[in-house]
Amino acid sequence: MFATFMQQLRPAALMLFWMTLLTGLAYPLAMTGLGAALFPAQAGGSLIVTGGGVAGSALIGQPFASDAYFHGRPSATAPYEYNAGASSGSNLGPSNPALPEAVAGRVAALDGGGPAPMDLVTASASGLDPHVSPEGAARQLGRVARARNMPPETVAALVAAHTEGRLFGFWGEPRVNVLELNLALDAAGKKE
Amino acid sequence: MNANDLTQYLFYLALLVAASWPLGLYIARVYQDRPCGLDRILGPVERLLYRLCGIDASKEMDWKAYALAVVACNALGILAVYAVQRLQGALPLNPAGLPGVDPYVAFNTAVSFATNTNWQAYGGETTMSHLTQMLALTVQNFVSAATGMAVMAALIRGLARRETSLLGNFWRDLTRSTLYVLLPLSVILAVALVWQGVPQTLAGSATARLVEPTAYEKPVLDGSGNPVLDAAGKPLTEPATQAEQVIAMGPVASQVAIKQLGTNGGGFFNVNSAHPFENPTPLTNLLELLAILLIPAALCHAFGVMVGDRRQGWAVFMAMTILFAGFAFLTIQAEATPNPLLEKAGVASAANMEGKEVRFGAAGSALWAAATTAASNGSVNAMHDSFTPLGGMWPMLLMQLGEVVYGGVGSGLYGMLVFAVVAVFVAGLMVGRTPEYLGKKIEPFETKMAALVILIPPFLSLMGTALAAVAGPPDAVSNPGPHGFSQMLYAFSSMGNNNGSAFAGLTASSPFWTIAGGVAMFVSRYWLIVPVLAMAGSLAGKKRLQAGPGTLPTHGPIFVALLMAVVLVVGALTFVPALALGPVAEHLALFK
Repeated sequence: MFATFMQQLRPAALMLFWMTLLTGLAYPLAMTGLGAALFPAQAGGSLIVTGGGVAGSALIGQPFASDAYFHGRPSATAPYEYNAGASSGSNLGPSNPALPEAVAGRVAALDGGGPAPMDLVTASASGLDPHVSPEGAARQLGRVARARNMPPETVAALVAAHTEGRLFGFWGEPRVNVLELNLALDAAGKKE
Repeated sequence: MNANDLTQYLFYLALLVAASWPLGLYIARVYQDRPCGLDRILGPVERLLYRLCGIDASKEMDWKAYALAVVACNALGILAVYAVQRLQGALPLNPAGLPGVDPYVAFNTAVSFATNTNWQAYGGETTMSHLTQMLALTVQNFVSAATGMAVMAALIRGLARRETSLLGNFWRDLTRSTLYVLLPLSVILAVALVWQGVPQTLAGSATARLVEPTAYEKPVLDGSGNPVLDAAGKPLTEPATQAEQVIAMGPVASQVAIKQLGTNGGGFFNVNSAHPFENPTPLTNLLELLAILLIPAALCHAFGVMVGDRRQGWAVFMAMTILFAGFAFLTIQAEATPNPLLEKAGVASAANMEGKEVRFGAAGSALWAAATTAASNGSVNAMHDSFTPLGGMWPMLLMQLGEVVYGGVGSGLYGMLVFAVVAVFVAGLMVGRTPEYLGKKIEPFETKMAALVILIPPFLSLMGTALAAVAGPPDAVSNPGPHGFSQMLYAFSSMGNNNGSAFAGLTASSPFWTIAGGVAMFVSRYWLIVPVLAMAGSLAGKKRLQAGPGTLPTHGPIFVALLMAVVLVVGALTFVPALALGPVAEHLALFK
């Protein structure tokens, strides 16, 4: 049996070597080439480039705190929110007392009354969620319009323009891209 | 569960059933050496590989030689993955300048990826260089998946052949699984993922100027990089401002494609497929979700074709599908239930979104949780740790059933065929006849091997959990009460069944967890493969009996029900007490 094992070691080593070249090198490099040729923007991380350089990625959320911007979801990345070099969720269990405590604090900080939209007061899985729900955006609309002295209808139109619906009408959830919306708000402000 | 959730659930099930059938027929051609279309293009590559490796692919092996080839191939794989991780600091393609991985985590990761578990005791973007992700981890994503498929092909040949000792050639099965099944599907999926926004680049990161700089409390570090503590023992912090966002990326799409198709599950980033760069849109969520179960489901049909009776494949497929549909429904239902603690905190009554992403929603996250644990995939698109108690329990039970509800590529089907042997054995006991499966007499040797395969994973899961509770590091668990116990039970259920998903709040990088977990993953892979191959060898040597009036037909609804009952009873009897201590206790306390 030992002799059979030794016999198999040579093909095993060679097979591992050639499989490494094929699946570990040729395959990812071919995909990198194909990606760069077919979809260069997406392959490079869907970066948003403005006059001042790279403003972010359309797929990665950013932290916003001032009244004049729509805020994204709470983020559990360390040491600061939306650290795109170290994604992380909070991993708080459903019965962990720290969860309702953190949520209650976020609810209190929200503008306006009534029950808070769920996604605005709970930490995302990645800590980098680029979206809020349409309800989450609607809740912030008045605050942003006031802070910017913009008519609420103008802000609402921008929110609507950055809202994506479900795929095929039923798959996934409707959502608003916060970074793109805020950049559009800044751009609209400059035009006036 | 609302109407939209239900539509998504039914749509996914229909898509899975429709897509797995043609793929199964195709895979049968690959293992039966019949023309499959791609052989016209890739045939020369296949023959070149055999020549380069000095393999006579026409020479078949008996079960012992086959098992030894599996072990040799996997042992070298473990060594290679360990070596690349330890040396990555001195190797190229390391744009972030990451140092070598620490030995405990490197050992755990090497075993984890070679055994198709892909448990991750590390955060991808902060630990592994691009070279490690490609040369070590992506390679094992292919090889470990192809190993499972090869062992499955050998078992099916054992059932289909008669009076021979030969089960096929492992190197041939490994190569053909990779070239004709895994690689082409990965190329298609990877291109689709890049189109939707998954990065595929050799650059390490991009730096963006934040639209609004963010203030935070920065931990104070001493000269050697350790946190400074204040008099009360809490880490000192100082106010700081962050004006830039460093966005980690890399060759993500190519790795995500094979991690889903090969039921591997090891992500490029710490949060796996919850990361917007691994899974940016609802469409990628659908494609990846389909990729998780596609090959394991298709293999049922390949099995039917290879044993010359497609109804046999459908019977196994139906048993798996009905079980999956039930568990997925329960998980979606549990996640649609609002958490009373959050309602009290002033949140609208809605499905919990802590640890979930807006673009997937609660239903898309729960469906994924069921699929990833039904298959031994283990990738996540939401944090299972933050699921409702029952929403976390159903996926846990799916792993504890032994990863046979579709299961891993290859390993799920060979596991389920072992359960089929037990099912005919149980039926034989009821009527007092010698049991048969596909015309093969099931005798004491097969029953003993089947018992080993069925008992080892629960033993590892429960003993590992007990050991962790008694002797593990006390600070590993991050949540208080029964949920802390659930974190440990989930971890060993995952590693003891080669799944790889986690209640991710658990700190698994300590020596105890990396070593105990590494051993569990190793044993649950190879101590199952060897008995399965031994059983295949024994079955291949037997005569094929003609079905008589006393033979239990194994293609009808009665057998499907019996098979499901055996899987559920074995799983439930083993794990109900442990589940009562964890998720059930938590559920009762939360919804009192």
